[in-house]
Amino acid sequence: MSGQNPSLPENETAVAPQLQRSWVERRALRSALLSGVAWIAAIIASIPLFSVLYGLIVRGGHRLSLELFTELPPAGFEEGGGFGNAIVGTLVTVTIGALISIPIGILAATFLGELEPDGRVAQAARFCAKTLTGLPSILAGVFAYAVVVLTTGTYSAPAAGVALALLMLPTVVLTAEEAMKMVPVNMKNAAYGMGCTRSQVIWKIVLPTALPGILTGVMLAVARAAGETAPLLFTALFSSYWFVENGHAELMAPIASLSVLIYNFSGMPYENQIELAWAASLVLVLLVLLFNILARVLGRKKV
Amino acid sequence: MNALVTAGDEMLASGEANPKVIIDCKLDKVFYGDFLAVRDSHVPILKGHITGFIGPSGCGKSTVLRSLNRMNDLVQGFRFEGKVHFHDQDVYGSGVDPVVVRRYIGMVFQQPNPFAMSIFDNVAFGLRLNRFKGDMAERVENALRKAALWDEVKDKLKASGLSLSGGQQQRLCIARAIATNPSVILMDEPCSALDPIATRRIEELMKELKEKYTIALVTHNMQQAMRVADKTAFFSVEISKSGRTGYLVELGDTQQIFEDPREELTKQYIRGEFS
Repeated sequence: MSGQNPSLPENETAVAPQLQRSWVERRALRSALLSGVAWIAAIIASIPLFSVLYGLIVRGGHRLSLELFTELPPAGFEEGGGFGNAIVGTLVTVTIGALISIPIGILAATFLGELEPDGRVAQAARFCAKTLTGLPSILAGVFAYAVVVLTTGTYSAPAAGVALALLMLPTVVLTAEEAMKMVPVNMKNAAYGMGCTRSQVIWKIVLPTALPGILTGVMLAVARAAGETAPLLFTALFSSYWFVENGHAELMAPIASLSVLIYNFSGMPYENQIELAWAASLVLVLLVLLFNILARVLGRKKV
Repeated sequence: MNALVTAGDEMLASGEANPKVIIDCKLDKVFYGDFLAVRDSHVPILKGHITGFIGPSGCGKSTVLRSLNRMNDLVQGFRFEGKVHFHDQDVYGSGVDPVVVRRYIGMVFQQPNPFAMSIFDNVAFGLRLNRFKGDMAERVENALRKAALWDEVKDKLKASGLSLSGGQQQRLCIARAIATNPSVILMDEPCSALDPIATRRIEELMKELKEKYTIALVTHNMQQAMRVADKTAFFSVEISKSGRTGYLVELGDTQQIFEDPREELTKQYIRGEFS
């Protein structure tokens, strides 16, 4: 003990006390050491993102052009080309996934957070949601394949949407529930005191107040879904054509996506395709980054 | 029933010039689950008066207050014996909607709790809830004026209610409560989270508001009751094996309670011998 603590003054009238920090003291050294370790760990943790971004910019950056967004993927030995249809496809499948998972997720969260937080159904549902967060994404694809692709007889955007919805749902449910629980009891009491019914309290107070938090969860779920490949392999497959062709959108047909394009092109023996795969990776990461930034901005917005 | 508990009824009988009872509260027993929280508390709330509830912590004064507009319904295991009548109607009668009761008997809470929306929307909230069709801006302005907040916020009605200071937030909550013209406002320690200056403002406000509204005020601050209340109810708590049970000790004109209390317990509390 005595080695760690500065010696306590014997009595008040002794010489003026030393207040300067002493660097030879053991606890000061230990504090400095721990701060240093934490700094280094924080830097190590952010290295992967920056190195990935750096790699992508170096390898794919030079292919960035308007062409990428307007052209269809090239075949075999063709030069040039782009992946406009894959960007559209990613947006379409993620939108379908969001349209399925957001309403169900928020309603489920309302049940968990507000209506019956301690009921057996709620506990079971919460457990399921937490388990679902760890679901291997390829299984979501297999599930959607069995449920949608086999019954409709075709690979399609809705099938991919179902697979992605399955992956988005737990994130939406759990973050929305957490956001609703953060709404102060005081505020809800005030609403009851004003003569609100329970549903009015939920619709007019709890949901609007929790909205920034809910949107954060939604954006994180969207960001995750946009980057998924495995669930799309069995459900969306791929397409080399536009989703909307001659003013007509064929919903029940295979659809392109950025992640599957990267998967397909990266294994090809052609330089052009490999370069496109790098460029597509860069675009996809930027897209995910955009959703994450959006999540932060929305989450910070108050009132 | 002993002599203590009939204090409230006695006062009614002796009466004064115009003692119209707006809420006739006769709580015999209040339970949370198996736990007896309050017993024998008969507190008539007189129209146009401020009725102060004082007493040591845990004496059930808040419980009694929250029984008046059925806020206790939100607490699991709440049940009671006795009756609460508002304008001669049973507040707990079958078919009575607690939501409607609360529109007549409003409430201001201990912690200022504005909604996470603009100042204007906070005040307009209750009006919209009741599908008010008239001039919303005028009603909001009136409520804010009555709550002595208008001059401070008239230029920033679109700002968030949460951006105000604690005292302003509490006045906003009062404006929100009076915008819908309730008959009675229940105030549950409305100043305990505020500094002395903000407290004084709210107290002055209460005195102005009693011209139009009836107020029931729970306070842990005896001086506050002395300054603003017309009638004061003193509650105490007895500790038994099953827990702490609050009860009404004495009820009377504020002056009488503080200067010439009938009960020994009241005397001790006023002298500060326990709290």
